[in-house]
Amino acid sequence: MSTFAVPSELESEIDELISHYPEKRSASLMLLHAVQEHFGWVSKDAIEWIAAKLELKPINIFELVTFYPMFRQEPAGKYQFKVCRTLSCALGGSDKLFKHLCGKFSLDAHKHGLQTTKDGRFSVEFVECLASCGTAPVMMCNEGFYEGVTNAKADEIVTKCSA
Amino acid sequence: MPQEYRLILKHADQPGYTPDIDCYLKHGGYGALKKVLALKPRDLGEGKTQSPQEFIREEVKLSGLRGRGGAGFSAGLKWSFVDRKGGKPIYLICNADESEPGTFKDRQIIHKDPHQLVEGMILSCWANDVKLAYIYIRGEMPEGAKLLNKALKEARERKFLGKDILGSGYDLEIHVHRGAGAYICGEETGLIESLEGKRAYPRIKPPYFPAVLGLYMCPTIVNNVETLCHVTHIVNMGGAEYAKLGTPNNTGTRIVSLSGDVKKPGYFEVEVGKATIGELINDPAFGGGLRDGRKLQAIIPGGSSSKVLKAGEKFKLKKKNKDGEMAIVETDLLDLPYDFDSLMGAGTMSGSGAIIVIDDSRDIVDCLANLAEFYAHESCGQCTPCREGSLWMNKALHRMTHGEGRKADADYLLHIAQNIQGRTICAFGEACAWPVLSFVKKFKPEFEARGAADEAKRKGAGTSQKFAAHPDQQT
Ligand SMILES: Cc1cc2nc3c(=O)[nH]c(=O)nc-3n(C[C@H](O)[C@H](O)[C@H](O)COP(=O)(O)O)c2cc1C
Ligand code: SF4
Ligand code: FES
Repeated sequence: MSTFAVPSELESEIDELISHYPEKRSASLMLLHAVQEHFGWVSKDAIEWIAAKLELKPINIFELVTFYPMFRQEPAGKYQFKVCRTLSCALGGSDKLFKHLCGKFSLDAHKHGLQTTKDGRFSVEFVECLASCGTAPVMMCNEGFYEGVTNAKADEIVTKCSA
Repeated sequence: MPQEYRLILKHADQPGYTPDIDCYLKHGGYGALKKVLALKPRDLGEGKTQSPQEFIREEVKLSGLRGRGGAGFSAGLKWSFVDRKGGKPIYLICNADESEPGTFKDRQIIHKDPHQLVEGMILSCWANDVKLAYIYIRGEMPEGAKLLNKALKEARERKFLGKDILGSGYDLEIHVHRGAGAYICGEETGLIESLEGKRAYPRIKPPYFPAVLGLYMCPTIVNNVETLCHVTHIVNMGGAEYAKLGTPNNTGTRIVSLSGDVKKPGYFEVEVGKATIGELINDPAFGGGLRDGRKLQAIIPGGSSSKVLKAGEKFKLKKKNKDGEMAIVETDLLDLPYDFDSLMGAGTMSGSGAIIVIDDSRDIVDCLANLAEFYAHESCGQCTPCREGSLWMNKALHRMTHGEGRKADADYLLHIAQNIQGRTICAFGEACAWPVLSFVKKFKPEFEARGAADEAKRKGAGTSQKFAAHPDQQT
């Protein structure tokens, strides 16, 4: 038996979310968000729990986790940096910003996908257009949004996280 | 000289304007809702009456409002396709997925004036007998989702939303639904699948037109954030008065997102067609021109999926000449009025209203390679031409930008792109093929030279061709 436990506040939040839809299955994405926000990632047990909650098969949830880029099947760093890679940000120097962050955290700037530092504190990844192309380059740190990010500004943001 | 005309963003950047309901109410908010709820059925004579809902739908038609999400389709016409006789519930979904590269206008509305969207949605739902609606917001806008949830809660507390709205007997509920990082969720049928809790695989049309077989196979209206906001202003002004804004068949205002190589990137709300592309890029009121010493190389006029325009291009447009007669007028790229029809006339589209400027310091092959990577990442994978083609185009462009190109890659790219468009379930096929087709066709010498230089380098270094020609190319 799995030891996966959902605290009662989270479960009541989840029940509220399910009530927003005439069909339970529609709540899948919102439940995945809620679970990932709470636990930091989506485990196999979490997938099974959500499926049971929505009266679905685990595959119905698993196929969402593998389709939607925001869901993770492993923990990410405490601070996750998402740097926009797409054209307007590229013209605004996102490549330099990404390399700078990778350098700072001793990660490989040429590797694809999410990378996390060994101590589990920081993750960095390139993402596609974040809908703020006029203030390129932009990035997110967890839910925070940062515009016109120079290397110096990135350093400040990282220092604030580490404090 | 053209100026901004702020209708949607009238208050958004004013000092002290906040996203809460009291601020919105102080500025006349929810006045349009009170106005429609007080409407009485109209006597059309000969025993015919028109319901207040029908009246507002007619006003939206009269306004000429065209969708601001990408396709520029008439909002009034879209609403008229809704199956109202079948007896199934009608749903409305606000498309707040804003993920077309270059576009950042819906973000401004959601963050700075969320109640304007909520009111526009309530009006649109009321006019279409909708009882349940959703805002599908992209996953990477957590802050926006919170602001919208707060706005909806405030609206519920004031009886603008929920059961028996302002005592009218009309019930409506709106919920926020978050996406999770997939661009294809912006495509309306992909969005519907995603809202049903599935992978965002677009549905084939026919038969799955949302107006007939949408969410839960019920009639569904999908409109963009900005489109829905305009409905509030149409109700306030009246459709005919609204239609005086902008230009014929391109009415109202629209928010233009300007990014890339200009001095002052940003968003500008203008009357549709009253400013040219050149003015939007160069005027001090807008983009302020290119950086000093730089010249224009290319413009992506309507989000990354629109066909690129090359500096110096001329187009033959049907326009009124000096004597007021319709004539074919040769128009320079910079003199193109920024509206739906002129850009279509120039062989491209105004799409999501996003202009990306590329100056002469940029390598055009790099620019296309960047976009190809986006499309390769975002194809949902249902249709073979799109799934494979977007990857092949990305691969070819990747090698061209990593010293492994060939002169023949230019034609190879065109060949793949031509085999995607028109052969797929959804318009993503065109969205990924058009940039490649237009960039490579218009900048062919640049693409061929880049490949040829790599070939020469490999020959000089005595290495063999690293990539064998693709079977498709051995003609
Ligand atoms: C690949 C693709 C992506 C799209 N992305 C968006 C988007 O992010 N936001 C949006 O409003 N419309 C997007 N659309 C257009 C929608 O399918 C739909 O036409 C639009 O939401 C309708 O609203 P409107 O008539 O108010 O413009 C996209 C279309 C395609 C083919
Ligand atoms: S065209 Fe591409 S994105 Fe659209 S359904 Fe087919 S594979 Fe998916
Ligand atoms: S390209 Fe980076 S936010 Fe749009």
